Amino acid sequence: MDQLQFDDATKVGTHHLHPLFAALQTTLQKELATFLEREQAHARVNDSIRNLTGMCWDKCITGTPGSRFARGEESCLSNCVERFLDTSIFIVTQVQRQQQQLLQAQGDSSSSP
Amino acid sequence: MPDFFKASSHAPDSAQAGTNARKEAVMSSIRSEIALVNVQELINKATEKCFAKCVPKPGTSLTSSDEACLARCLDRYMEAFTVVSRSYTARISRESSQLREAAAGI
Repeated sequence: MDQLQFDDATKVGTHHLHPLFAALQTTLQKELATFLEREQAHARVNDSIRNLTGMCWDKCITGTPGSRFARGEESCLSNCVERFLDTSIFIVTQVQRQQQQLLQAQGDSSSSP
Repeated sequence: MPDFFKASSHAPDSAQAGTNARKEAVMSSIRSEIALVNVQELINKATEKCFAKCVPKPGTSLTSSDEACLARCLDRYMEAFTVVSRSYTARISRESSQLREAAAGI
């Protein structure tokens, strides 16, 4: 939404500007769009890491927290991350496979009267 | 910066410098805004998790042992965040380099 407002504001501005400034504004606009995209991607990664930390904390840190990680807690945390990502990939491929089977079944039934 | 800016001798350098400075200012304020939100959310999460672990039966005030537990818990939570972050980024870079190799093989 903010980006839309920003676009509109710059578009209005360009009408009265010297072509050089108009070109400058266009590149600036593109640069800022790229910048925002990159920052948003970064923020998404940070969100996943934060969520994963919460989830894996519940799974791996079972006792009262000590002055350092108990035996196996740290490796549990990294296993937790790896297995979560495995799970994510597995679920996606599973859904894709089911979708393909469904399409195949539909194709079969429509070809045979 | 595209080349045509450098080539143009009519480019008003001071105006361009001003624009650049403003651009950098906008970018860095957006960056710190995002960082602030991230830290706030991490602290909220740590509060929730450590309250669950360290204050099982809330009394009329936090006891000193509650506080000692909370301090340790916060340290461990931040450490857990670091471990998760390290594993996550390592996995992502592993996956993307595999993807690149696969793409190069085609």
